[in-house]
Amino acid sequence: MSPHERPAAAPVGEATAHESAALHVTGHALYTDDLGVRLQNLLHAWPVGSPHAHARVTGLDTQAAHAVPGVVRVLTAADVPGVNDAGVKGDEPLFPTEAMYHGHPVAWVLADSEDAARLGAAAVQVSYEPLPSVVTLRGAIAAGAFQGAQSTLARGDVTLGFGQAAHVFTGEFDIGGQEHFYLETNAALAHVDEAGQVFIQSSTQHPTETQEIAAHVLGVPSSHVTVQCLRMGGGFGGKEMQPHGYAAVAALGAALTGRPVRLRLNRTLDMTQTGKRHPFHAAWKAGFDADGRFTALEVTLTSDGGWSLDLSEPVMARALCHLDNAYFIPHVHARGRIARTNKTSQTAFRGFGGPQGMLVTEDILGRVAPLLGLDAQELRQRNFYQPGQATPYGQPVRHAERMHDLWGQLLARSDFQARRAQVEAFNAAHPHRKRGLSVTPVKFGISFNFTAYNQAGALVHVYKDGSVLINHGGTEMGQGLHTKMMQVAATALGVPLSSVRLAPTRTDKVPNTSATAASSGADLNGGAVKNACDQIRANLAAVAAGSLGVHPDDVRFEAGRVFPLGHPERSLDWRALVHDAYHLRTQLWAAGYYRTPGLHWDRVAMQGEPFKYFSYGAGVTEVEVDGFTGAYRVRRADLLHDVGDSLSPLIDLGQVEGGYVQGLGWLTLEELRWDESDGPQRGRLLTQSASTYKLPSFSELPEQFNVNLLERATESGVVYGSKAVGEPPLMLAISAREALREACAAFGPPGRTTPLPSPATPEAVYWALHAARADQREEVPGD
Amino acid sequence: MQTLNLTVNGQPREVPAAAHTSLLNTLRAQGLTGCKEGCAEGECGACAVLIARDDGQGGTRWDSVNACLVTLAAVDGAQIVTGEGLGSPAALHPAQRELAARGGSQCGYCTPGFVVSMAAEYLRPDRVDGQHGAANGFDLHALSGNLCRCTGYRPIADAAYALGTPDAADPLAARRTQPAPAPRPTALNALDGAFHRPATLAGALALLAAHPDAKVLSGGTDWGVEVNLRHARAAVTVAVDHLPELRVFEERADSLLLGAGHSLSELERRLGGRVPLLSAWFPQFASRLIRNSATLGGNLGTASPIGDSPPALLALDASVQLVGPDGVREVPLAGYFTGYRQTVRRPGELIAAVRIPLPLSPLTAFHKIAKRRFDDISSVAVGYALDVRGGVVTRARIGLGGVAATPLRATETEAALEGQPWTETTVRAAARVLGQTGTPLSDHRASAEYRAAMLEQSLLKLWFESQSTEQEVGA
Repeated sequence: MSPHERPAAAPVGEATAHESAALHVTGHALYTDDLGVRLQNLLHAWPVGSPHAHARVTGLDTQAAHAVPGVVRVLTAADVPGVNDAGVKGDEPLFPTEAMYHGHPVAWVLADSEDAARLGAAAVQVSYEPLPSVVTLRGAIAAGAFQGAQSTLARGDVTLGFGQAAHVFTGEFDIGGQEHFYLETNAALAHVDEAGQVFIQSSTQHPTETQEIAAHVLGVPSSHVTVQCLRMGGGFGGKEMQPHGYAAVAALGAALTGRPVRLRLNRTLDMTQTGKRHPFHAAWKAGFDADGRFTALEVTLTSDGGWSLDLSEPVMARALCHLDNAYFIPHVHARGRIARTNKTSQTAFRGFGGPQGMLVTEDILGRVAPLLGLDAQELRQRNFYQPGQATPYGQPVRHAERMHDLWGQLLARSDFQARRAQVEAFNAAHPHRKRGLSVTPVKFGISFNFTAYNQAGALVHVYKDGSVLINHGGTEMGQGLHTKMMQVAATALGVPLSSVRLAPTRTDKVPNTSATAASSGADLNGGAVKNACDQIRANLAAVAAGSLGVHPDDVRFEAGRVFPLGHPERSLDWRALVHDAYHLRTQLWAAGYYRTPGLHWDRVAMQGEPFKYFSYGAGVTEVEVDGFTGAYRVRRADLLHDVGDSLSPLIDLGQVEGGYVQGLGWLTLEELRWDESDGPQRGRLLTQSASTYKLPSFSELPEQFNVNLLERATESGVVYGSKAVGEPPLMLAISAREALREACAAFGPPGRTTPLPSPATPEAVYWALHAARADQREEVPGD
Repeated sequence: MQTLNLTVNGQPREVPAAAHTSLLNTLRAQGLTGCKEGCAEGECGACAVLIARDDGQGGTRWDSVNACLVTLAAVDGAQIVTGEGLGSPAALHPAQRELAARGGSQCGYCTPGFVVSMAAEYLRPDRVDGQHGAANGFDLHALSGNLCRCTGYRPIADAAYALGTPDAADPLAARRTQPAPAPRPTALNALDGAFHRPATLAGALALLAAHPDAKVLSGGTDWGVEVNLRHARAAVTVAVDHLPELRVFEERADSLLLGAGHSLSELERRLGGRVPLLSAWFPQFASRLIRNSATLGGNLGTASPIGDSPPALLALDASVQLVGPDGVREVPLAGYFTGYRQTVRRPGELIAAVRIPLPLSPLTAFHKIAKRRFDDISSVAVGYALDVRGGVVTRARIGLGGVAATPLRATETEAALEGQPWTETTVRAAARVLGQTGTPLSDHRASAEYRAAMLEQSLLKLWFESQSTEQEVGA
């Protein structure tokens, strides 16, 4: 049996409910802030936030705060025994002497109650010397305010490519950011154990980095700090880097006071302080031949990195690596740079720059299709990668034919051609309402661009009674990683899923973990869990081989029975075998390890093979737009997505659907607005609450929603033939944006380009269709 | 510290209370951490709980409400059920079972709130198969105040549609035939302020006379946000929505009198489609979770220029009944608002009721322009009530929100319509007038240009939709 082949009746591939579903629905599932309620003598932390977008802190007087009843301590830079920094780039002081954005915490107050901490924070006297601030991306570009490395991804010669073009277009495009809006805001709970050991519970996607940063702030080795994450109430990338500073403040407070410290941001604080999806600006020039095939693409991408570098460099790398999406572009010159603005430090968010890169090219195609005289579906399809072609960064496009197959299947399943005729008929009959129907592809590279992160560890115990406890380095944020890992362990050990229990993620169980990010959680940790299980099974096979009188390679483990190949009737009970193995002094636990093979990446040259494979998908969306208001509805969405052979179909389906709706939010509803005036609130996030920042609700659920996983899609070399799923489906929602464009265009004459801002809010859609109508009036005088 | 009494999940509990403590924080401090804070402003529903309320027929309704917006002292003596109380991992409630089995939870943080909202709709006594386009009569609007960031909602909708009917053994269903706890008079003097739930109107008016700056609480869906997010604190709070005098509901020959203390959901049920403009309006007012608490009195009392009731009530030519130490007076709503969050209501007066004159104009509509289709705050809202007789507009009432410091009647537009033939020419001319009404601002919700354009477009939309069978599909 090859290492990733699935045995018969395997728990992997079963449609299993989330391992915590029964706890979720009954309110018994615990999150970080639920744990504090169960502690005595708890202290609560509240920040002292800067009222300026950019200012030097010239004085900090805590005396009045100490007079507030209940206030126990005010934490400032002077209290930091180690390194005063909350990041990995050295540019994120935990207690800054220069406030870099509106709301930037410059000190933290600890008190017996949250109210007392808040009142104490209000009483801290801080003097500021306001400094000039940059609060828009275009402002930063104009001012030349950049940070970090600038990178260029190039192939061929764009001058040559434009020379070969029959049509050359240029344009600019502004892409809005996105707030993660995980339902559980950032939270940390810290206390000091016996002998100075610091124990932190944190809502973090990256416990190891949380541990490292808490340790360097405290000035202790990593071995003195343990970080645990039971689960997160959503992460989406927003808890990859952002939790570290909060955990460090809680740990510092606990170390200094000897009391447990709870730090939980309320929604306003979370939205005000934590990084978001990067807004992007793109300036582009695209060449097409007479048939509509790309000849060249020249792009400058500028992301709004906010006040510090955070993950902006790898986000930009991924954006550049996804400009091509599913399309072969022979000559490419793409430049990426990161603006520095006085805003939250933008960070990882599902897709990690990939969506923004992809959106630039999809926007170009949507804009120019009418000018090329092609419908957008045909234009997209014509530009697909063919087998044998490579990306601009030099990676052969593995399974390029899969995109073609998937596209064809989806067009058929969604009845695309017939519905397009129906949409045209509807539009002809309805002057004030128009429909749009669009299909867009997704090709998304899987693996961390940062090669070192492509490793994982696991710890698997088989106890003497045959029960199994697994632990791995990945975190659970709702994506079902733990469910999949239990299925992998049950499959690898050949026991029922009910025999496997999973213990919370902790840095003292599995060290040096990578962030649970880049959609890679199941690939990496699944590899490690399986590796640990394989070791244990080999030990058990040796014992069973003796009892059964066969070679160890011919022992099979299935559903709690152990038997010789081909003779299930001669089976041993798993528990009995385990019991015997213990008495024969057999190691029944193992540490597993996995590193993704075959990756290499030169991040300066932007060349190599950074991805293990590509994830493919496509979406068809139909919308209807009200010509009076620009309001719209998603009438139907059909998605087809490639997850390899699914480890857990119910979980994967949920990732595809949820990703689509989250992408729909990014592209349509969700709009971050900062105060760009020169008034006293300059730089303040205006949309800092659920009442001003609107994410999709039930009303955005497509009225018909048909979601399928691509069949017969085995990915060899990945755990049980599966593929990653977390991020790629988000980009299927680009089809909804393109459908909105088509509906807006239907208010005007054919053959015109229809620019559409992002997000395409009802207001943006209204102005787009208003412009299309104006074209109509211009074309038909007297109408 | 003073204490109050609650019954939570069937268990009596004596809980510490202050004037600004929320029900959410109380439940969490009691260890019921299934009740979550996601936003603290009634937008996400993660804190939803069931509260037992009088169903008007001697029995109990289980209403879902946002615990983050409920002031604990305002529900002294109440019976509450949380997600934990509906079922346990070993014995799941049907809503829990369906959600769990269908992938309705991913991160799980919003889930107990969804369970509660689903359970409330599951327990809705007048749910009948086939209602709301669903085989089991489940109204998905019951979940419109719950946000989920993970699932995309499809499995949650499927779970809702898979629910059957409560069986005889269902304790909450059985509980419906028993009376709900009566509102308990409460007087609390805590360090953070005083809180009163007086027994009588006279008592309430006396408190207001003694404390003219007292915060009047009626529903509290706005005050809760002020307390939670802007940390507002009142020296004295007086809860009034329980007072019988504020809970009238009278259908007279010449008018409808709607008590200011009814929740909007209660009004919606009692009106039963009697006022088509309001029938169109209710689903667009926030969410079910909010409408189960919010009152007309509260919405008119806060007097926000973007409140959703004034545009509808202005179109209906409503008046406001105020009660004070000198008795009752009635003022037309059109003259009620005097400035930004300012009204003619005097200190010491309460909003008792809203009167809607009859007969109703036959052509009505409520247009709410917002980013999100449901549960959003208006950029612009327009209420219409028109009489068209023999092809001529004989009467027009148009109420506007979001275009000035106060809600407005669009009197110039009304004048441009009245006496004119109901034709495209009239409407286009009047729409231009409407588009120049008020002084809309640009903010994070919309630009001034869009707001003005939406006023103009709104009247065109009304006209075109009145002329054709082309109707937008509702929710």
